[in-house]
Amino acid sequence: MEAKTMSRDQEAGSEERGGREAVRPTAISRFGSERGSDVPDKTVGVITHDDPVFSCRGVDVFYADKQAIFNVDLDIGRHEVIAMIGPSGCGKSTFLRCLNRMNDTIEIARVSGKIELDGQDILGSNIDVVPLRARVGMVFQKPNPFPKSIYENVAYGPRIHGMARDKVELDEIVHMSLEKAGLLKEVKDRMDQPGTGLSGGQQQRLCIARAIAVSPEVILMARIEDLIDELRENYTICIVTHSMQQAARVSQRTAYFHLGYLVEVDETDRIFTNPSHKLTEDYITGRFG
Amino acid sequence: MSNTSKPNDPGGPAPPSIQRAMDKVNASLPSRYGAEKRFRIYGLLSVIVGILFLTILLTSIFAKGYTAFRQTFVTLDVYMDPAIIDPEGNRDPETLRLANYNSLIRNSLREIFPELTGRSERRKLSALVSNGAPFELQNRVMDDPSLIGQELSMAFPASADVDMLIKGKIDRSVPEDQRRLSDAQIGWIDTLREDGVLHTRWNRALLTNGDSRDPEMAGIWGAVKGSFYMLVVTLALSFPIGVAAAVYLEEFAPRNRWTDLIEININNLAAVPSIVFGLLGLAVFLNFFGMPRSAPLVGGLVLTVMTLPTVIISGRAALTSVPPSIREAALGMGASKMQTTFHHVFPLALPGMLTGTIIGMARALGESAPLLMIGMVAFIVDVPQGFTDPATALPVQIYLWADAPERAFVERTSAAIMVLLAFLIVMNGAAIYLRRRFERRW
Repeated sequence: MEAKTMSRDQEAGSEERGGREAVRPTAISRFGSERGSDVPDKTVGVITHDDPVFSCRGVDVFYADKQAIFNVDLDIGRHEVIAMIGPSGCGKSTFLRCLNRMNDTIEIARVSGKIELDGQDILGSNIDVVPLRARVGMVFQKPNPFPKSIYENVAYGPRIHGMARDKVELDEIVHMSLEKAGLLKEVKDRMDQPGTGLSGGQQQRLCIARAIAVSPEVILMARIEDLIDELRENYTICIVTHSMQQAARVSQRTAYFHLGYLVEVDETDRIFTNPSHKLTEDYITGRFG
Repeated sequence: MSNTSKPNDPGGPAPPSIQRAMDKVNASLPSRYGAEKRFRIYGLLSVIVGILFLTILLTSIFAKGYTAFRQTFVTLDVYMDPAIIDPEGNRDPETLRLANYNSLIRNSLREIFPELTGRSERRKLSALVSNGAPFELQNRVMDDPSLIGQELSMAFPASADVDMLIKGKIDRSVPEDQRRLSDAQIGWIDTLREDGVLHTRWNRALLTNGDSRDPEMAGIWGAVKGSFYMLVVTLALSFPIGVAAAVYLEEFAPRNRWTDLIEININNLAAVPSIVFGLLGLAVFLNFFGMPRSAPLVGGLVLTVMTLPTVIISGRAALTSVPPSIREAALGMGASKMQTTFHHVFPLALPGMLTGTIIGMARALGESAPLLMIGMVAFIVDVPQGFTDPATALPVQIYLWADAPERAFVERTSAAIMVLLAFLIVMNGAAIYLRRRFERRW
């Protein structure tokens, strides 16, 4: 794959992409920009989507005085899987956390710009984060099951949101969620065991089951080992990953972040076969990262 | 050491630069290992010194105190003379209460030594039995008036001097005029002992009586109950208030100048000498609110103010130690701040909070200085029956007894310290048990 990308790179400048509003690499002002050495002035590729769930415009994130995300514009489409890749500290996780306002929990973090979820700006101070987070679920980078039983872990969300009328319904939700997360078979007989006693991978799937138990519209996933195919059809999924194989395999679109800038967004196939920007290319060919 | 550091490869000796570096490393090794060895020895020595002091302390307390749990008794056959107890024969409780029980005991004692006739000799003889003996007889008769007219064999506590002599704490070789017991009294005591009238047994009074001027009648029950009532008040107030304050400050309060100020003040309050809280109690609870003096209620309030900073600080530490990933997990599920705190963070922090609270309680139990200021240092004979009855506390009782001139209070002081230590051990044990129990719920 590396060789293929390399050869494509030679023709990248001259190749036409009919109908796409792509920013040509030749248009990048590489030097003298206050945005940093190699970062483009404007995100390369296609940031829009026909049927967006999320529509982000001009998103900046500051941790105290340090800016972590610079002016990100990105649409996330309905029922698509979008992968965010980039080297450590590039801001991809920070951006992910903006989407369900988890950055609110970090005292020094400040988010500005506009993030619309189905046309409603979620960054407004009048937005209640509780229903927002029920709608936009999150699976964290490090598996963090509650120190309670497996059953309680999954049942917690439906319980606090009052989603089950009775015990039978709750049982059903729990079983369905574990099934979808591909964990049911392994834990069926020990639902009352602590969730923290599972292996790392199982804990991760438990966290996925916990997130989908509240039937969210969007699932934000930070560094998932394994994405279950069945989930892809029913949810909008944003994953942050270090594994390019995974990004290439599961996602329809890929966004490449670099030093807080969204450098390039495009169809996954295009990003991995014919990236438009030099930085993207360097990253996916393993020159840094 | 130097053998292993030299590479043994066929490529020849190491280049000179590497060889020089390795020589330096090797040269520094002895002093590095020496420093480590010295540090270990210092550490071990400090542990040994610590254990030694503790052993000396405990040994001296036990050696002095264990004798207080036994007490000398005089078994007398008392004739319950109706003419003395109830001359009118109507069993009126008031008459029974006021009867001269002392003379009954004196009479039965004189029957053992009929040869003594002089007034001063007889007085010295009756001094062998405790001043509290008539009250014990009185209680017995008031409980069961049918005893009147019968002859009753009853064990009365011997006076403290007799007890001290039996326990070998009065030296017989000291000249008579420097001794609390005369030669004649010692002779009677020996006679009584040979006859089996005088014997030592378990000193129940020490654990069940209130305070008394007579060491043989003095007990710690009043102080234990006083301490208990105080701790109930302290626990009932400081745990909920402290935990609520800790949870609010740690989880809900905004971080600004005001909360910083509050935090600094809490930390400072934890370091304020305890007697200052006593002054506060005196000024606020007694003088301003007009609460009763010497009452466990006020003592409990003062100790609450004193333990609150400890409870808040340990509570906040327990909350901070809950991993942030748990909070994130709950918030990410769409749990509200309140649900996150009380469903996840608080249960995980509870063992730490309980430990902090119990340690605070243990400190409150051992505190005497603030109680002096609110009048709990008074000599109180009656065992308190409620939160507003005059009472004293265990450490104050120890202080009072340590101050008492009677020889017999020395061993009782140590015994009271042993009881206090036992309570502290029980409380710390409870802290460990609770912590384990709650932690097992993952």
